[in-house]
Amino acid sequence: MVHFSKEGFDKALAQGGLMMVDFWADWCGPCKMLGPVIEDLAGQYEGRAIVGKVNVDEEQELAIRYGVMSIPTVIFFKDGKEIDRKVGVMPAGAFTQVLDENQ
Amino acid sequence: MSHDIIVLGSGPAGMAAAVAARGRNKSVLVIGNRWEDSPLARAERVDNYLGLPGRTGTEMLREFYDHAAEMGVDFAVGRAISLMAWNGFMVTVGSQVYDGRALVLAPGVQRQAKYPGEEQYLGRGVSYCATCDGMLYRNKPVAVVGRSKDAPQEANYLKSLGCQVVYVSAQQPQGLDKDIPFVKAGKLAVKGEQTVTALEAEGADIPCAGIFILRQAVAPTDLLPALETDNGVIKVDRRMATNVEGVFAAGDCTGGPLQVSKAVGEGHVAALSACEYLDERK
Repeated sequence: MVHFSKEGFDKALAQGGLMMVDFWADWCGPCKMLGPVIEDLAGQYEGRAIVGKVNVDEEQELAIRYGVMSIPTVIFFKDGKEIDRKVGVMPAGAFTQVLDENQ
Repeated sequence: MSHDIIVLGSGPAGMAAAVAARGRNKSVLVIGNRWEDSPLARAERVDNYLGLPGRTGTEMLREFYDHAAEMGVDFAVGRAISLMAWNGFMVTVGSQVYDGRALVLAPGVQRQAKYPGEEQYLGRGVSYCATCDGMLYRNKPVAVVGRSKDAPQEANYLKSLGCQVVYVSAQQPQGLDKDIPFVKAGKLAVKGEQTVTALEAEGADIPCAGIFILRQAVAPTDLLPALETDNGVIKVDRRMATNVEGVFAAGDCTGGPLQVSKAVGEGHVAALSACEYLDERK
């Protein structure tokens, strides 16, 4: 699982393919709850999707660019474009469903 | 810190569940508002609770709380904001995360319907938690809809972050920072385009980028969307089991009669079922 800086994020986005990005912050309880789930999914989908996290305090530009107004927000990208987003804590199935449907 | 059983709700059902579970040697955490704020505290006289006639609601709640505390129940005072069923259950209260292996829901009844536009803009300007999302609205105008005891404190917190806060509520709030404008309003609606642009209060628009709707509790179905309910009431079998594995419910949230005796009985059964569930998984 990748911790994205802005440069790393833009680079991964430019590569195309399926990407799942968790926007989080360390003062956000629900984000901490979702953390292990995202890491687990990163392992599960290795080779099939890029799974990473963006700390909204460190990468404010990215948070603003994608209009992240509530955290956790998980945004899915395919070939550089946003295809879906989930706001708030959700069961792992909600994320795997989007990943599986867009393989 | 982990617990065997997490109980959501500090009323009679929750306390009964906690006491019963401790009796079976399970570690228990009760997450809930201060028991003094329970709806039961408003009862002037309860005459139909076996063995304790003529008590006030507050007296009963105090006895229940003391009993639970004596039995070694742990307490986390606050509002559960989100829940995740994954390797057991994780619950967040503000920025704290608690985890347990079984869950007893005893949140009571919430008679607060959502405002127009609320569900639509959740996550796009509407939030239920100032601690969680406040930082994202620094230096922006926000409205706080105060429907809980702590709402004024949460509004003050947002102001301290640099948000431009307007407090909206049907009654004059206690403890609100004197520099935060108060708008008295009950009829509210969320307005916006891609994201929230205003809170309509009694027909007048309050422009804002974010609306924090702070109720006394987050509805169980918002915490756990998979939970089966029937007209707002959580469906349980005779063992107080819900449709979600490891999750049990008790008290007013499972329906009427809305009485302390029923809540206590159901809390006890729910706890024993939760203990059985845990013992079977060993």
